[in-house]
Amino acid sequence: MEYLWAFLIGGTFCAIGQVLIDLTAMTPAKILVTYVVSGVVLGALGVYEPIVELAGAGATVPLTGFGYNLAKGVRKAVTEDGLIGSLTGGLEACAGGITAAVIFALIAAIVFGRGDKTRRTRRSVLRS
Amino acid sequence: MKLTESEYGKLAKRRAPGTKLYKTIPMAFLVGGLICCVGQAILDLYKSLGITADMAGTLTSVSLVFLSAVLTGFGLYDKIAKHAGAGTLVPITGFANAVVSPAMEFKTEGYVLGVGAKIFIIAGPVIVYGLAASALYGIILFAMQAG
Amino acid sequence: MSRYTGSGTVVLDSTPSVVSFGSAVGKMEGAGPLGSCFDYVSEDSAFGENTWEKAESRLQQHAFEQALIRGSISEGDISFVFAGDLLNQCTGSAYSMRNNGARFIGLYGACSTMAECLALASVFADSGVGSLNAALTSSHFCSAERQFRFPETYGGQRTPTAQWTATASGCAIIGAHSAPPYVKAVTIGTVKDLGIKDANNMGAAMAPAAYDTIKTHLETLGRTPEDYDLILTGDLGYVGSDLLYDLFMQDGVKLGERHNDCGKMIFDREKQDVHAGGSGCGCSASVLCGHILPRIRSGELKNVLFTATGALMSTTLVQQGESIPGIAHCVHLSFSDNTL
Repeated sequence: MEYLWAFLIGGTFCAIGQVLIDLTAMTPAKILVTYVVSGVVLGALGVYEPIVELAGAGATVPLTGFGYNLAKGVRKAVTEDGLIGSLTGGLEACAGGITAAVIFALIAAIVFGRGDKTRRTRRSVLRS
Repeated sequence: MKLTESEYGKLAKRRAPGTKLYKTIPMAFLVGGLICCVGQAILDLYKSLGITADMAGTLTSVSLVFLSAVLTGFGLYDKIAKHAGAGTLVPITGFANAVVSPAMEFKTEGYVLGVGAKIFIIAGPVIVYGLAASALYGIILFAMQAG
Repeated sequence: MSRYTGSGTVVLDSTPSVVSFGSAVGKMEGAGPLGSCFDYVSEDSAFGENTWEKAESRLQQHAFEQALIRGSISEGDISFVFAGDLLNQCTGSAYSMRNNGARFIGLYGACSTMAECLALASVFADSGVGSLNAALTSSHFCSAERQFRFPETYGGQRTPTAQWTATASGCAIIGAHSAPPYVKAVTIGTVKDLGIKDANNMGAAMAPAAYDTIKTHLETLGRTPEDYDLILTGDLGYVGSDLLYDLFMQDGVKLGERHNDCGKMIFDREKQDVHAGGSGCGCSASVLCGHILPRIRSGELKNVLFTATGALMSTTLVQQGESIPGIAHCVHLSFSDNTL
């Protein structure tokens, strides 16, 4: 049952994103910013928590979940440490994901060659 | 024959083929939903190992980011994304793809000015406005608690 | 001698010849409908180089070399090279020319550059300036993507109106009147902007410029579309071509039968999934030099109005919310040297 909800809710978040791409002039970058900010707002208002409880990863994996996590982190930090928590709580909660993205990106840059969309078949050997 | 900008704009709109919504939206739903299910499976796996819910959540994010980085590295993520659209854009794997792909692309401009400087060229705004919104929330929350 | 008739049109009375031509393309273009026409097809989209920028310069050199080989011309015989590409500061051309001694004139007209180069090389030749002048342009999908759009491995969706930058290059060498194809007249266009802001719909941004320049050319010289076997636009793609027909239709002129577009010809729309067609200043150059010029030389085509079109935008101006100006230039290529 949990997987069904994860699929349905996660899929719905993505389908809404697709509607925005196809029917508005919004660029993908603007859509992602909207998602993350909406996540913060919904998290702050306490609306997102029930969705997470229902759908699990279906609510935490989309970028709104990233925003929700930021809000959750700030709430915890402000409650424990006061005003300074508004500056520390967000990044603390998302540190794992962001740092992982940076580190894996660095490794990918070192390990992999350049991408090439024009190469439809398997990687061919470079010929000079 | 002279056309005004708005007349030409209308003409151009009529001639622009529309996106096939009946294809793109279900695909985004399907792929996005599946990525979330993979996330759920990973989350359940960590939980079954006795890891706390918070830490399991973080580990799930890290795992999905890793999977996305590998798929991006092999040039597979963009192939899936071509069909999935927002289905691969909205999940955290899309965020990872947005960080990994410029790192790979701008390697030719060096590790500092290429990879280092351009790594957030796409994903940067997400972090900037996510943090800004959360800091603002923190201030409001503090004011409310103090009041 | 070149004769200026006003309205941007120059009649080349000596009818200089396209003495040689060459083309080079990448793998995807080689697999397209015109694949067998091109002189050089590379299986390797990096052309043996370690950056996409150098790959584009190498590609351009291949087209230049193919033109020299076909005409049995040595590099030293070339007086001026008019060359251009899509990269910032025109580096694709500058770097391809850095190791040869040709007098280099770098030009930028976005995807209209081949017509711009061809027009100037022809006017120079017609005026007796330089014995052999080359017109040379290139574009490379990967170097263009990283400059104008996204990294190669980024998972983005292209819109249905987006065009695919061709990895292609073409070179035409213009000399004094000798054998067909001849260059009879050129029309330099004006910058036209009808308010299109979508950088993924360049066909729509360029169609008004194509309409304006073709119309000016026809009116100035007192001709109709029927005087040409082919009106060949460069890179309007499917969307821009339809809009061009619409614009001519409002004057009661049916252009469709005489018209084709390099962006529609170079790829197979369905099989190669290129959405609204090909683009890039190498697209029109390679189609012209690989497919059209040989057919004019053989007499299969008598009169061709080559009209390359360019979207004169930059990512900065698009981000600032400006609309996209377009430009088009016409070059009349002919099998015969009589008047028309």
